[in-house]
Amino acid sequence: MTITDDRTDTTAPELEIGKARRRKEDQRLITGRTRWTDNIQLPGMLHLAMVRSPFAHATITAINTAEAKAAPGVIDVVTGEDIKDVQGVNANAWPITADQVTPTHLPVAVERVACAGEIVAVVVARSAAAARDAAELVDVDYDELPAVLDLKEAAADTVLAHPDLGTNKSAFWKLDSAEAGTGGDVDAAIAKAREDGVVIEREFRQQRLIPAFMEPRSVVVDPTGEQMVVWSATQIPHILRFLIAATMGIPESKVRVIAPDVGGGFGGKLQTTPEEFATIAVARRLGKPCKYTETRSESLLSGHHGRDQWQKLTLSAEKDGTVTGLKVELLADMGAYIAIVGGGVPVLGAWMFNSIYKFPAYQFNCQTVLTNKTWVDAYRGAGRPEATFGIERMMDELAAELGRDPLEVREQNWIRHEEFPFTTVAGMTYDSGNYEAATAKAKELFGYDELRAEQKRRRESNDPVQLGIGVSTFTEMCGLAPSRILGQLNYGAGGWEHASIRMLATGKVEVVTGVSPHGQGHETAWSQIVADRLGVPFEDVEVLHGDTQTSPRGLDTYGSRSLVVGAEAVVRAADRVIDKAKVFAAHLLEASEDDLEFKAGRFGVKGTDKGIGIAEIALATFAAHNLPDGAEPSIDADATFDPDNFSFPHGTHLCAMEVDTETGATTMRKYVCVDDIGTIINPLIVEGQVHGGLVQGIAQALWEGAEYDEQGTLVTGSFVDYTLPTAADTISFVTDHTTSPSTTNTLGTKGVGEAGTIASTPAVVNAIVDAVRPLGVDDIVMPCTPERVWKAIQAGHPVSHEGERDAAPHFDEATPNQDPGAGSPSTTTEGSDQ
Amino acid sequence: MIPAQFDYIAPSSVEEAIRALAEHGDDAKVLAGGQSLLPILRMRLNAPGVVIDLGRIGELQGITEEGDTLVIGAMTTYAAVLASEAVGTHAALLSKAIQTVADPQIRHRGTIGGALVHADPAGDVGAPALALGAEFVIAGPGGSSRTVAGDDFFEDLFTTAVGEGELLTHIRVPKHTGWGAHYEKFVRVSHQWSIVGIAATVRSEGGSIAEARVGLTNMGSTPLRAKAVEEALVGKPATDEAVRAAVASVAEGTNPPSDLNGDSDYRKHLATVLTRRAVLAAAGA
Repeated sequence: MTITDDRTDTTAPELEIGKARRRKEDQRLITGRTRWTDNIQLPGMLHLAMVRSPFAHATITAINTAEAKAAPGVIDVVTGEDIKDVQGVNANAWPITADQVTPTHLPVAVERVACAGEIVAVVVARSAAAARDAAELVDVDYDELPAVLDLKEAAADTVLAHPDLGTNKSAFWKLDSAEAGTGGDVDAAIAKAREDGVVIEREFRQQRLIPAFMEPRSVVVDPTGEQMVVWSATQIPHILRFLIAATMGIPESKVRVIAPDVGGGFGGKLQTTPEEFATIAVARRLGKPCKYTETRSESLLSGHHGRDQWQKLTLSAEKDGTVTGLKVELLADMGAYIAIVGGGVPVLGAWMFNSIYKFPAYQFNCQTVLTNKTWVDAYRGAGRPEATFGIERMMDELAAELGRDPLEVREQNWIRHEEFPFTTVAGMTYDSGNYEAATAKAKELFGYDELRAEQKRRRESNDPVQLGIGVSTFTEMCGLAPSRILGQLNYGAGGWEHASIRMLATGKVEVVTGVSPHGQGHETAWSQIVADRLGVPFEDVEVLHGDTQTSPRGLDTYGSRSLVVGAEAVVRAADRVIDKAKVFAAHLLEASEDDLEFKAGRFGVKGTDKGIGIAEIALATFAAHNLPDGAEPSIDADATFDPDNFSFPHGTHLCAMEVDTETGATTMRKYVCVDDIGTIINPLIVEGQVHGGLVQGIAQALWEGAEYDEQGTLVTGSFVDYTLPTAADTISFVTDHTTSPSTTNTLGTKGVGEAGTIASTPAVVNAIVDAVRPLGVDDIVMPCTPERVWKAIQAGHPVSHEGERDAAPHFDEATPNQDPGAGSPSTTTEGSDQ
Repeated sequence: MIPAQFDYIAPSSVEEAIRALAEHGDDAKVLAGGQSLLPILRMRLNAPGVVIDLGRIGELQGITEEGDTLVIGAMTTYAAVLASEAVGTHAALLSKAIQTVADPQIRHRGTIGGALVHADPAGDVGAPALALGAEFVIAGPGGSSRTVAGDDFFEDLFTTAVGEGELLTHIRVPKHTGWGAHYEKFVRVSHQWSIVGIAATVRSEGGSIAEARVGLTNMGSTPLRAKAVEEALVGKPATDEAVRAAVASVAEGTNPPSDLNGDSDYRKHLATVLTRRAVLAAAGA
């Protein structure tokens, strides 16, 4: 810490909440001199290397381990057959329907592999190098099976990802506003619009992405004590502990899971992994501590992937632009297995496609599908970026169809600020928001009118560099989640969160949180919250997390839940500490509790200068020499918080993109976002979350995409081909906020971890399409590579924007409604041999 | 990412290195800056028994001037070439191209000679070296040394005139003092290999192009020199229209790859646009 403040005047402390504190965890995280899992060295520890399938789909006919076992330093080579009864399974914790087809996912395959990268054997050696060397000596015979790689082909069930299941269709999930009683009949709305309104029909591709966290996954297992200890670079130590117990037959009380410092996750570490289970099985088999750390190539191949949907969207509106219906039909690629919440991720879109707009009729259909690719699960935003992309692209298309400004058409249809709380057509109740205020601020910061004027000039002069403006007025649901709602959705756990506060004798405070930070800065933010609540110095608060022994109760970090759910538990625990301390304060001050007021860490007797600080009470409690008769000598407290509702951050994002029509190159000119995330605890952390989130969302629009060849080999298997952006590829963003405090927690916070990612992707694509729309382009497949942009322009047919046009054409069954050559799947996605 | 085991030799002279190469033959790989070799080893795409590290051979490092020629040691890092005033003054094209190579970390490790001998057609130093008419000094057994002209150096994908048992020791670059230069690199993200790159250097006289040299990156299995375009540019005014016409055929006869960043035809289109831009920028237009 380099910033400290002088707190001698405790009567008028500066509030910690709202202060842009530098993060107290950063020195150790940034220098790496800390407890990353791979830094852990245990006496006698052995090292693992995984032998992985090169084939997308194959039967394992033989595994010859003799040569590998004889290699220097090798202790053992373990196959799936060797541990088939003790390795547990990688469970799906959210079967979205009762009849969901869920293939069994063994950590180490026994008879058959269903995607490239599946583990078929584990080499155990005295060093990581020896294990890696010997892994190349394991001789596996495969009989290749036909692989299904294309999502639409898979949905047709012609080739099966798992022949024993008889179908690739995992589950179909539907929400219909007419059936649910939350709105009208969408088919009727669309039919009416075909007669006398506007119908927009589009099919969008959400490409497959890879959560490229900075720290590769790593796991260390020590089976030598009474409690087996598992260190893992995971977002979910508590859930991992539960699933180890539930699937491996080990009593939960015999398992301790520690997520030490974890270097990023973005949802990619929201998983119980084959690597964790295999390492546990091998460590227990040998009775020795074992470590496995993946290579980056293994991470890209075998860590779960994200997104991967086809989205068929039909939007109906009246000719004046008032929306009347939205029908969503999704095909969602699960990959080879249904991951921990894999099926649930696209289904989260059910409550988000309608977004901030007052659709009177709505229907959401989602078909999840199995393929022979890497499994798919949560990736920053998880379900909400997909939905936001779909609806925000559609609103721009509606505006274009009507020849109107896209912000104006949105405003015509969005929930007005005086209408909150607002129950949507999908049945969600949005707690608070002010779309008008965020949009007005964003327009001003952006210089919207001037950029529109420049766009006009460039169009008129046929400038080879055209300018486009993209809009995204998004909302999302944060704070997973009310346990009752999760129960209704058949989710395997609740959504509560737990906290404990321990008042130490020396006046220091330990805060134990059930959430599990992996880079978010919870130690700093929680310290700020507790410092204000208890009136103790920021530096005196220690935040403990990620160890099931220290933090026995918790549901971990994902879905922007930590602050809105986890920190609320901390607040409640702090209030209980104050309640307990007040009894002791009254006793020590020989005053009535009713005469005490708690302010700035001190109980004062009203109307006098008598008082006692909370640290003194903590010491008196420790000594317990002079407490009220029969009092339990503790002012420590716990709290568990289960929210009544999600929180709904929103914001207006405006993006200006320049498109070089000669090359298709796109350059970001300006990006402004005004997010309403409720109360801000630490503006610096928020700024970091927003910037990082924006880049990750922009990356989906412009740069990233997981590509397979026709054999099912991941082509983008290293950062040479998986083009992750760096700071050199981005511009300086303009970020600001409006504040409508959430009503679902006392701090008024809404969650910010995913906002930037959710909002930015459609803003960028909308801007690119806007730039070249006069050239006859109305969509470009993501990532919008220069080649795709250029080809879209070549294929475009200039259209007149004058006068009213007929409803957009129906879907062509044969092809998505992309312009021919606009990055068509045949050249750029599945089935390509590039 | 652990490479297979190998023996490591770090000779302190070219002579010693050549002897080591002779001794180990096929089993040896030469390590220059390691920016290509180390990923190959760590991803186990290759597993040489011996790695011969040239990093301790002082005679291979540094830049000197010999009359009208710059002599650049093969083990000179990108960063050192960039820092050289002589290169900036007399071979600006090389500086411009090297500025675009990857990121600062790689430029401080990677060497110009290593990149040239690795001969990745998407690498950024081959095309400017060709355009500048560089010659390549190659040492062989018994103290022998030969010099290869630019046009004969690059033979195929990852293949150069440097034979088994030989080492590239120096690159001799004729001075192009007063020539304008520009390297137009087309990438999607900044640290990427060139999708297409165009190296152009131009000597201008009174608003016209007196001489031009144009090299192409990633437009075939080796870096290419666009001699027909160079000739077509002579005497042309440095205007958009004239240059556009002169470079229109730059992609003819090229055979660029197709990959995730673009197919072959798209690259040919890019080469046409980027060559125009590179030449105009080099001419200061």
